[in-house]
Amino acid sequence: MSIDVITRNIPYLYEGFKVTLQLAAISITLSFVFGTIFGMARLSKYRIISIPATIYIEIVRGTPLIMVIFWIFFLIPVLIGHPIQPFPSAVAAFTVFTSAYIAEIVRSGIKSIPVGQVEAALSSGLTYWQTMRYIVLPQALTKMIPPLVGQFISLFKDTSLAYIIGVMELTRRATIVNNREYKSFEIFTFVALVYFVVCFTMSKYARYLEKKRRVGEDHRTEEKYTPANA
Amino acid sequence: MTSHQQSYISVCPHCRQPITPSDERPSLEVVQADSAPAKPQRNGEPIISFRQVNKWFGKLHVLKDINEDIYPGEVVVIIGPSGSGKSTMLRCINRLETIQSGRLVVDGYEISNPKVNITPVRAEIGMVFQHFHLYPHKTVLENIMLAPMKVRKIPQTEAKSIALELLKKVGIPEKAEAYPAQLSGGQQQRVAIARGLAMRPKIMLFDEPTSALDPEMIKEVLDVMKALAREGMTMVVVTHEMGFAREVADRVLFMDGGSIIERGTPEHFFVNPVEERTKAFLRQIL
Ligand SMILES: Nc1ncnc2c1ncn2[C@@H]1O[C@H](COP(=O)(O)OP(=O)(O)O)[C@@H](O)[C@H]1O
Ligand SMILES: [Mg+2]
Repeated sequence: MSIDVITRNIPYLYEGFKVTLQLAAISITLSFVFGTIFGMARLSKYRIISIPATIYIEIVRGTPLIMVIFWIFFLIPVLIGHPIQPFPSAVAAFTVFTSAYIAEIVRSGIKSIPVGQVEAALSSGLTYWQTMRYIVLPQALTKMIPPLVGQFISLFKDTSLAYIIGVMELTRRATIVNNREYKSFEIFTFVALVYFVVCFTMSKYARYLEKKRRVGEDHRTEEKYTPANA
Repeated sequence: MTSHQQSYISVCPHCRQPITPSDERPSLEVVQADSAPAKPQRNGEPIISFRQVNKWFGKLHVLKDINEDIYPGEVVVIIGPSGSGKSTMLRCINRLETIQSGRLVVDGYEISNPKVNITPVRAEIGMVFQHFHLYPHKTVLENIMLAPMKVRKIPQTEAKSIALELLKKVGIPEKAEAYPAQLSGGQQQRVAIARGLAMRPKIMLFDEPTSALDPEMIKEVLDVMKALAREGMTMVVVTHEMGFAREVADRVLFMDGGSIIERGTPEHFFVNPVEERTKAFLRQIL
């Protein structure tokens, strides 16, 4: 066991780590945007909007991520007539895949807000979109933070699958180093540690964020109404 | 303050146009008893008019040929057994429920026509629910300020002073910065009333506002509602509080099975009701 193989290859692996981060950051951002749109679409009272959203969500949720990656990398070029680069196809695949899960998180977040609050907001003269923006989404978001971050953590780990289509991210570079140096234990332990540290940080940060957003509520539980202080 | 009161008296609720939010609106002050305006006469147009209104939930016929006119300044109390359609009738007034046939005109808008945009009509109607439905992620002040700022586009400082004024009026100015969950039920319902009043509405709808409250808190809410009634607010109130009906209602409607079975003054109702079903109902709850 030698630490040497790691230190020697740190600059090379670091380049891969940057690609992993980019892959994750771009896919997470896009998935959040599209997931919110699809989640709201699935709740729409207009069937031409809700049915396609439902079909998309259900198909993707019943498909392994690796199939989505292959499908986009190998089939899209056939359909459009020219090849696409590994990085953008990986981003597309992760976005298509994760958006469906985020859509479900958004949908259940929105549905958890009591309908009475929506009626109160609407009856005060707010429009549907104002009600969404000021009443429903802020509360839904607080409830959505834990499952959303769980989804983001999954996505971060799943970016390692992009190595299959040749994206030079952390895992792919690790396998290249391994093929050169034959130090599987050291290399893969180190890479696993890197994934773990990032994921662990994300989940800690999520906990903090959730707490901060619930600050009103915490305050409330302290001073909850009792007949004595009425 | 006096000028506010005068503005209230001089502005006929009917002359205020729904499209000009900047025109003079009634004062938020509690009008002193000695300067309280006389109840408006029942002349001119009704502000709420039901004509042959019918509503079904699927196969369930919940409103049957409702005909009713409510005039500006009137306090109308709707009573009747559970499931008789009281809430549904109330909720039709701001189109939280849509009707399937008949004509319903509110504040000059034919809201039974699905093409008529309901949002500006809703801005003129405050609604108070049995279970308050305050926004739990916002403070009391923010709950009250939201609609004036977002619908009427009133600047924040002005919205805040309106909200503080209203909190004084409902008797809980010290709760401005509290969150709804920190308040008792009675306090929450008073905030809900203040939230409804913040839009300076022409009509206030109440759906069993005291039914979810502990007995000791009912009075504080009814007192606020009585003050509002004395100021000349047009109110439609679904309630089982017969004392309230007797004291402030101009008219009482008794509903059963989706129809208005009997209507009249509180005196008529509590002294000599005509219909057998009304008598049975009153015997049961009085
Ligand atoms: N959203 C709904 N869907 C189906 N049925 C409903 C709905 N709301 C009310 N109802 C039914 O309509 C009838 C009238 O209800 P409601 O107006 O709430 O009565 P009340 O307020 O007098 O108790 C009841 O039979 C009730 O079960
Ligand atoms: Mg009811």
